[in-house]
Amino acid sequence: MTQDAGAFFPRDLAWHPKAYAPEYKTSVLRSPSRALVSLPSTLGDTTGPVFGQNMIGELDNDLILNFARPGELPIGERIILHGHVIDENAKPVPRTLVEIWQANSGGRYRHKKDGYLAPLDPNFGGFGRTLTDDDGRFRFRTIKPGPYPWPNNANDWRPSHIHFSVFGSGFAQRLISQLYFEGDPHIRLCPIVNTIKDPAAIEQLTAKLDMNNTIPMDARAYRLDIVLRGRRSTMFENRPEGN
Amino acid sequence: MVPFPGNLKESPSQTAGPYVHIGCTPNAVGIGGPYGEDAGARLVNDKTKGDRISITGRVIDGANAPLRDAMIEIWQADADGLFNSPLEKRGAADTNFRGWGRQAADGESGQFRFETVMPGQVPFAADRMQAPHAQFWIVARGINLGLHTRMYFPDEADANAADPVLQRIEPRWRVATLIASGARPNYTFDIRLQGENETVFFDV
Ligand SMILES: [Fe+2]
Repeated sequence: MTQDAGAFFPRDLAWHPKAYAPEYKTSVLRSPSRALVSLPSTLGDTTGPVFGQNMIGELDNDLILNFARPGELPIGERIILHGHVIDENAKPVPRTLVEIWQANSGGRYRHKKDGYLAPLDPNFGGFGRTLTDDDGRFRFRTIKPGPYPWPNNANDWRPSHIHFSVFGSGFAQRLISQLYFEGDPHIRLCPIVNTIKDPAAIEQLTAKLDMNNTIPMDARAYRLDIVLRGRRSTMFENRPEGN
Repeated sequence: MVPFPGNLKESPSQTAGPYVHIGCTPNAVGIGGPYGEDAGARLVNDKTKGDRISITGRVIDGANAPLRDAMIEIWQADADGLFNSPLEKRGAADTNFRGWGRQAADGESGQFRFETVMPGQVPFAADRMQAPHAQFWIVARGINLGLHTRMYFPDEADANAADPVLQRIEPRWRVATLIASGARPNYTFDIRLQGENETVFFDV
């Protein structure tokens, strides 16, 4: 497959959360107050790092096993998380790195700065990575993360969520976001979710129960398709760029 | 092929949160686990062509405090100005130079450090060159959409003056927020999210 190296469509900044979102208090001091400077795509934006299969370990996408002691398993709801990485033109994004991290089934992260009461699970690390296949598909096996409280307003709880990081083929596609699980009543209550203003955009981060890919008597499946920025076609752009 | 209609919207961003290290730099924060080495931990090896440089810095918030939970990525050309990417059509980049690096800010000091090489010049358009620079991408708790910026070099004044990206920046004094301090081989680049000397960030 030849990959298009054209310029990216401009980002729809109204679809993304604004930098300054005071309902999420930490953003107040961490948001630029000046407008972003818009640039056309340069070579450093349309190119990006690639990752080889040799970097990926056999269990890297299996969070049920990749931190577990031999013969033991983590506690919690077993799930398959899968989907496609595609671009805004609906073209698959092949061989791109997808990384995920999450809390355990009790809502506790394996991180020295997380002091939540819920205990660590000795058999669960909470992170995994994979490369998409030639059709842009990714697949993880994991434990459904629990909701957890966080200091923002006096009683804020995060919905169950999995953080994800995707590269794409150009550095301007770089994206980190979070996925939620359909039917979770905490989604609409969460100040971080609500930094996104368009309900359709929140829906785009909500993984759907996928009974067809459930493994009977073993694990339920959830599906989320991840969309990265699309590129303009370069088919009619053989002339040198002006400035 | 995949049965999706065209004209999709990009998945919206959400903050990387305070625990981004678990997924991206688990070894750097002592979690260990299945990854032999954190992706992006090293840009260079002993065969990499070009002049070795270091870039250290901090990401600083609106109260002048360094972020201790930020993650910083860089992407840059090799010593000859080529990117290590299959989409680089101008020539073959140095296979011993990754071009991409990723570091967590130190959990106490907030400092990050990259060991890399001096990037060559990369064209902007057919007849114009950009000054040597590294692209930066910054995520952290409280940052809702990853921030793109660029670091230029203080000892490249002529190239910087002719750089087509720097030339777009108004007011002109803000250009200084993109120029590292120090001198070859050790540079310092502090990124200010807010305030008087707020770094220029780009919508690329
Ligand atoms: Fe989280």
